Amino acid sequence: MTSSSDVRSLSRSGAGLALRGVTLGRPGAPVLDGVDLDVAPGEIITVVGPSGCGKSTLLRTLAGLLTPLGGEVIEDGRPLAGPAADRALIFQEDALLPWRTLRANVELPLAIRGVPRSERRAQAEEWLARVGLAEHARHLPHRVSGGQRQRAQLARALAARPRAVLMDEPFGALDAQTRAGMQDLLVQVLRGTGATVVFVTHDVDEALFLGDRVALLGDGHLLAVRDVPRPRDRTAHDDPARVTLRRAVLASLGT
Amino acid sequence: MNRRSVMSRYALRVTSIAAALGLWQLLTSANVDLWLRFSQFPTVTDVARAFAGRLAGDDYWTDLTDSLTRILTGFLLAAVLGVATGVLVARSRLAEDLLGTVLEVVRPIPAIALVPVAILLFPDNEQGIVFITCTAAFFPVLVSTRHAVRALTPVWEEAVRTMGGGRWRILGSVVLPGALPGIFGGLSVGIGVSWICVISAEMISGQYGVGYRTWQDYTVVDYPGVFVGMVTIGVLGWLTSTAVELAGRRLTRWLPRTSYVAGVRPPRGERGAAARTPVPAGSRAEEEVPKTHDQFV
Repeated sequence: MTSSSDVRSLSRSGAGLALRGVTLGRPGAPVLDGVDLDVAPGEIITVVGPSGCGKSTLLRTLAGLLTPLGGEVIEDGRPLAGPAADRALIFQEDALLPWRTLRANVELPLAIRGVPRSERRAQAEEWLARVGLAEHARHLPHRVSGGQRQRAQLARALAARPRAVLMDEPFGALDAQTRAGMQDLLVQVLRGTGATVVFVTHDVDEALFLGDRVALLGDGHLLAVRDVPRPRDRTAHDDPARVTLRRAVLASLGT
Repeated sequence: MNRRSVMSRYALRVTSIAAALGLWQLLTSANVDLWLRFSQFPTVTDVARAFAGRLAGDDYWTDLTDSLTRILTGFLLAAVLGVATGVLVARSRLAEDLLGTVLEVVRPIPAIALVPVAILLFPDNEQGIVFITCTAAFFPVLVSTRHAVRALTPVWEEAVRTMGGGRWRILGSVVLPGALPGIFGGLSVGIGVSWICVISAEMISGQYGVGYRTWQDYTVVDYPGVFVGMVTIGVLGWLTSTAVELAGRRLTRWLPRTSYVAGVRPPRGERGAAARTPVPAGSRAEEEVPKTHDQFV
């Protein structure tokens, strides 16, 4: 496919993100305390933890939407200053603008970057095709299914060629079958973009399938960061290394 | 919906107007004097004759264009100012503190009670009438804009911010389009109130204008003339509010209109046919909804 080689040539290297002693939450009621985490350029790190443990807060902080109560958030050695186009955020809830067609939604970040109209139209259509939505390009979000809306969000996030993609339980509201398909699609679409990915989920299997590493949150702290054996294989349930890791992850999350 | 049922709906509307006129003619021509006294009332034919006479003259058209100019100027000003102020107050704490209380104190004052203020403020009657019309429409637009902007889904804005969009981009790509359905609610109310106020203001202080003419006719006991004025106001009001409504539907096409109550139910004859030929419920609904949707847009 010629288009994927285009992507590779245009892709920039992933962003390196780091949290240094970061405390998050409301003043007087921190949700997460003393988090130290390094995310290497181009890696996929998944963040798991029970609901309410501060996963989303962590992600919004990395996006620059929230400022930490304490500590430092660093991107490529420089402290983070607010949201920027090189860190795309994908939401669990439907964050497409409902008055824009899927194509116009995907075009939006390109328009903000100042890409000329005809060019951004072509790019948006290419990304929609890549996530399997070519024939829905002119549909409004409410005309397509929840899974298709999440695919459009993915296309919108990646079209701007961000150096980091931050995903907040993006497949959490989807049924199991659609979710597995979305995970495969995500892996396939990310290939060659070089983007760093921080993927928040409460689903341990999803975390182990997608992540190069898994970060475990609980009790207001970052509990551990584990390497995940490769290659990625959804059916390798009996692979001993994976079984041990899964057990360890579940144990440390207290489930 | 098919063409025939559209026709039958229009036929119904026309019939209801005809019935109202028929009743009017009946009551007045028979000089019914029970408790309500219709004997002094002009008949429909009297009014129609007077109307034809007016249409032939120049004054009627001057009145018409004068009133329309006043209301359109006032209303458009109110729309722009109302939306701008509404957005400002909803988005900025400083603006809310500065303007919020003042606006809330001025809001309950009926616009028509501002006639003395208008006379004091403006050198010219014309500007006073536009001022009153504008004030009347301003508040409904302001209030609905403010509510609509505050009710916007926060992730829309967050999404645009993480794309690197700034203040103006958020305003243009999220706040204004997202608030549009609410804004049009305010505009619809606003255009109605504008008519009430432009007519009242003309009655008090106008030179020319439908309201002025109607009041003049009353003072010289030309009752058919009064009714010509009332019919004119009614038709103009209906036309302008329909225009606002249509513009609103057109600009908020993206709103999911899943079940438009009046359209989705098939007419009686068809319902029988549908029952005989089994059609899967899902596909039927999918086919019908977009069609009715187009129709009402």
